[in-house]
Amino acid sequence: MANPVLQVENLVKRYGDVEAVRGVSFSVDEGEVFGLLGPNGAGKTSTIEVLEGLRVADGGRATVCGLDPQRNPNELKNEIGAVLQATSLPDKLRVSEAIRLFASFYRRTRNPNELLRRFGLEEKRHSFYNQLSGGQKQRLALAMALVNDPKVLFLDEPTAGLDPQVRREIYVIIEELKREKKTIVLTTHYIEEAEKLCDRVAIIDLGKVIASGTPRELKQRSGDTTRLEVRLAKPAATEALKQLEGVADALEVDGAYVLHCQRTAPAIVSLVKYLEAQGNELVSLEIATPSLEDVFIELTGRRLRD
Amino acid sequence: MKTILTLAAVRIRITLRNKAFLFFSLIMPLAIFFLYGSVFAKGKPEAVAYLMGPILSFTVMGTFWGLSMQLVTWREQGILRRFRLAPIAASSMIVSSILANYLLILPTVVLELLLARFVYHVTSFGNLISVFVLVILGITAFGAMGLVVASVTNTMQETQIINQLLWFALIFLSGATVPLAVLPHMVQRVGLFLPATYFVYGLQRAMLADAHLYTLGTVVVSLVAWAVLAAFISSQLFRWEPEAKLPRNAKLWAVATILPFVLLGIWENHNGKLLATAAYMMEGRPTENTPPADKR
Repeated sequence: MANPVLQVENLVKRYGDVEAVRGVSFSVDEGEVFGLLGPNGAGKTSTIEVLEGLRVADGGRATVCGLDPQRNPNELKNEIGAVLQATSLPDKLRVSEAIRLFASFYRRTRNPNELLRRFGLEEKRHSFYNQLSGGQKQRLALAMALVNDPKVLFLDEPTAGLDPQVRREIYVIIEELKREKKTIVLTTHYIEEAEKLCDRVAIIDLGKVIASGTPRELKQRSGDTTRLEVRLAKPAATEALKQLEGVADALEVDGAYVLHCQRTAPAIVSLVKYLEAQGNELVSLEIATPSLEDVFIELTGRRLRD
Repeated sequence: MKTILTLAAVRIRITLRNKAFLFFSLIMPLAIFFLYGSVFAKGKPEAVAYLMGPILSFTVMGTFWGLSMQLVTWREQGILRRFRLAPIAASSMIVSSILANYLLILPTVVLELLLARFVYHVTSFGNLISVFVLVILGITAFGAMGLVVASVTNTMQETQIINQLLWFALIFLSGATVPLAVLPHMVQRVGLFLPATYFVYGLQRAMLADAHLYTLGTVVVSLVAWAVLAAFISSQLFRWEPEAKLPRNAKLWAVATILPFVLLGIWENHNGKLLATAAYMMEGRPTENTPPADKR
């Protein structure tokens, strides 16, 4: 049985009157990629920053590699690596200088040249930080996070703001780390990222974990259904949509209707008939297999990107 | 120690690549040097020697500006957050920045002394050991003051405003621009509460009166006390993150750094020794043993 390297129990973090994290609990096993999935402002970054020792929790307990982030900050920092959501380096610091500088701070280090090679930054080793593209900066951030060969790697929204191609590059790197059995805690608001990269996911909203499990387990919450997302010319009653043949559930989200269908074809036929009878029109229709977004919608009535 | 040295080396490299640094730490001090030497001193060696104290003070005092701006920029841009993830203490960040400042400022000081020697034919710089000890103390003390400013301000704008106010007070009330002896009496009295006044005075005494460190005891002790106090307070108030809250009494702590000079100002206003010596130094080059105030 795998050992938990990270344990969080009833974690609370407040900023003035705002309770950003409200009793979050989870644990992460060694070699596992664990995702905190949730919309912006859900409390993901606050949670991860408490674990990194950057913020002080107002309640609850957390241990990383058996260390309390507040009591043993320097010990902890030697054991973890992190890519922060909002961070930077001095403009006139060269890539090779940055990675060597940070390598010099740790007891245990990996070869900086090897890391630059691995992250495709060898040609940029003499470039200043402000000469790097967004993707190169993020690859450097990842290389620097690994410079102490950390036991746990924290990635806070590692692909936020990056274009799709760079995002895919970062996914490849994270998948490689996953194959190396690196323990990774990842926060994201991208469904695709959580589904593709994480062994287990905790869905977090308004400072609370509202569901957790493997992506497959979470999606099974939606039953063995297909998701129809329809936009209509005029509003319709969700109760009436729920009664249609083949439809298991119906929700209104942002002016669209999400129907969970056990049998897709009869559901579409009955929907069209119903709309005709109501004098309503179908503006658009999308068919998809359930995703973690559906789990989130089911649990909160909102979309993740809201 | 290794962390401090590595950080200092990187800071030096980054700073030397910054054009603003070259302007403020090399071009501007040299422009002031030539302005003082050619215009105010009219190239006369004795007059240039008299003005070397204020010239070096300009170079050294300016360090607080660069340090405070760099720290606030690094905090605003999230650079300090990245450093905070590594096992680095706030004291290492502070000590490394002051250490880097020695190596960045001392070459300009040496260059100014060499230019005074070879361009304006100044034959003596008095007690050079005292001069260099005072310069080192000045870099530490004014640098630490910059770090305190960076700790109690939240944005670049705020830092700029505080820096401007401090800079004008330091250069106009201390004798660094207009000699202390010719300033209006009231301004002289206010100037006696400023560290810059003692710094300019100490440098002038070392250069014009060959003053040994022990005869500059009051100046040295007050600068050491100020440097230690400011460095301690900046380490207590150091903030890695822009949103990190300042302790409620932080600004009081910052004000506490002026305590040695409040006491010194009261003392010097009472005995008038410094003002008398400053007036005497302006009239002619005294020897170490014959400043009029020492005869009293």
